[in-house]
Amino acid sequence: MSVTNQHIPVLKAKRKEVEQLYAKKLSRRWLVLIALGIACLLSFCLDISTGPSLLKFSDVLKALFTPDSVAKGTSIIIWKVRMPYAVMAVLVGMALSLAGAEMQTILNNPLASPFTLGVSAAASLGAGLAIILGIGIPFLSENWIVSGNAFIFAFGSVLLLQALAKWRGAGVDVLVLFGIALVFTFNALVALLHFIATPEALQQLVFWNMGSLARSNWDKVQVLSIVVAIIIPFSMLASWKMTALRLGEERAQSFGINVKRLRFFSMLRISFLSATAVSFVGTIGFIGLVGPHIAKMLIGEDHRYWFPASLLTGALVMSLASVASKLLVPGALVPVGVVTSLVGIPVFLYLIIRKGKK
Amino acid sequence: MKEMLNIKNLSAGYPKKRIFEHFNVTDIDAGNIVALVGPNAAGKSTLLKSIASLINVQGEINLGNDNLVQLSQENRSKIVGYMPQHQKTDVELTVLEALITALKVYTLDHNDNSEQTKTKAFDVLEQMDLIDIALEPLSNLSGGQRQMASLAQAIVRKPQILLLDEPTSALDLNHQITVMKMIKEYASKGNIVIMVLHDLNLASRWADILVVLNNAKIYSSGKAFAVVTPTMLKEVYQVEARVENCSNGYLQIMVDA
Repeated sequence: MSVTNQHIPVLKAKRKEVEQLYAKKLSRRWLVLIALGIACLLSFCLDISTGPSLLKFSDVLKALFTPDSVAKGTSIIIWKVRMPYAVMAVLVGMALSLAGAEMQTILNNPLASPFTLGVSAAASLGAGLAIILGIGIPFLSENWIVSGNAFIFAFGSVLLLQALAKWRGAGVDVLVLFGIALVFTFNALVALLHFIATPEALQQLVFWNMGSLARSNWDKVQVLSIVVAIIIPFSMLASWKMTALRLGEERAQSFGINVKRLRFFSMLRISFLSATAVSFVGTIGFIGLVGPHIAKMLIGEDHRYWFPASLLTGALVMSLASVASKLLVPGALVPVGVVTSLVGIPVFLYLIIRKGKK
Repeated sequence: MKEMLNIKNLSAGYPKKRIFEHFNVTDIDAGNIVALVGPNAAGKSTLLKSIASLINVQGEINLGNDNLVQLSQENRSKIVGYMPQHQKTDVELTVLEALITALKVYTLDHNDNSEQTKTKAFDVLEQMDLIDIALEPLSNLSGGQRQMASLAQAIVRKPQILLLDEPTSALDLNHQITVMKMIKEYASKGNIVIMVLHDLNLASRWADILVVLNNAKIYSSGKAFAVVTPTMLKEVYQVEARVENCSNGYLQIMVDA
């Protein structure tokens, strides 16, 4: 052994010290998760307290806890507009951030996210086909046809990536390049739809592409919350294997992990999370990239903690973006996708520079 | 558990390129260290991956009566441990977290509670003198430290067959000896260690059996003094060299041209 007898007491003391430091580190992670949870709650409260109608905070509280004691209009604003928007912001943030975290691990690429790999662009194409050409899934009601189309295209784009993963010889780097190619292809097709659209339909599609919480309602909140609630336990169950995958594909295989199967089920989770979120609110950029990275900086890469932290940072950033979208232009609601992209670009640049330095 | 490893009629390779055809290595005793040596692209790493069944394999890899090729990936991973040649440099997990993950990732540690898992991980860290860097992210480590951490990830699962792809390539002299002593002790507990080495002096000094690979075929195999010869060095490595005995009885290779 490398250790001589006289070193043993020193080593034992050092081991004890490191064991204690590790225990502290784990406790600190729980504290970070709790702090993030509280921050989300505060941001959520701020979100339902702000809006173009400039309601007083006391009226907001009354509408929340004793809806009968405020004017009917106030109650409607809180319960039918602000509340579903705020809940949707949290859910979309969670869904896109978790999808981004999973994607970064399985594609072994810190810059992978549903947005950068074409899921949002595919959703835009699906929405565009419904808005401009009226092509959509039969038997869906008018309210759902755009979202339904967007979901099918977004889900299909991830399945396409998945099919490529199964293709002989295609490594994860090829997948990332293919994802980027998808973005350009879908964007070109959306541009083509712009070209042939009537002015009214064009305006509708452009607004859809900006990504907005304004198309939220309780039905959509319900669907997304069910999807998120179902997917989270599966992600957590896979967290040890996903952590092992970070150590390298061969290493993970040597640990007995069927990497192809792990990737397949992860892609399936990503498809449901990102396709549902994007189909309801449109193109929301960078949450899937920024959320997981902030979480990683705060909590490290042990997926047992990183996944929950990503859920919370995604929810927090999206909720804060929702607040900012109402405060940027007083009395108006700036599409939240614009805000997330504006916040996302500097973070994206920072990540590229940080990666370059390493 | 003193079982012998026999590789019979092994065919292995990549989807578009088959490397080994009807390859045989027999009678590797429990407790032996086998060094795979040979020039670049001789098939050394591929042979390790084949034994770990990380690539397409046909044939038999028998440990005692069990054919490892027919085991499920999960069951095989409990018997065969593998340390890859290259380690990822962008991993933010700490050395300790990587070891705990290696233990917890499958049912390997099914009945262990977290305390037992942590103890196992800390035991290996202590044994390898890695306690000081236990909480360092792998991305912050030097090449040598990362290699030690990688070896720890393979060894912590206590596999009966330990496969190491160039375990000392990034290590200084002191750490090379540390690692080799540890491997020797690991093998002495009845385990089999098969490792790829480029340093023939190191291989001669520490391995019980040397297998010289050339163009995915065995050129020769056996004890160092029988295998490491000027003729082999000339024919396999294309170098003029002398093989001398140093004062403590180990072989020493002097390359002339």
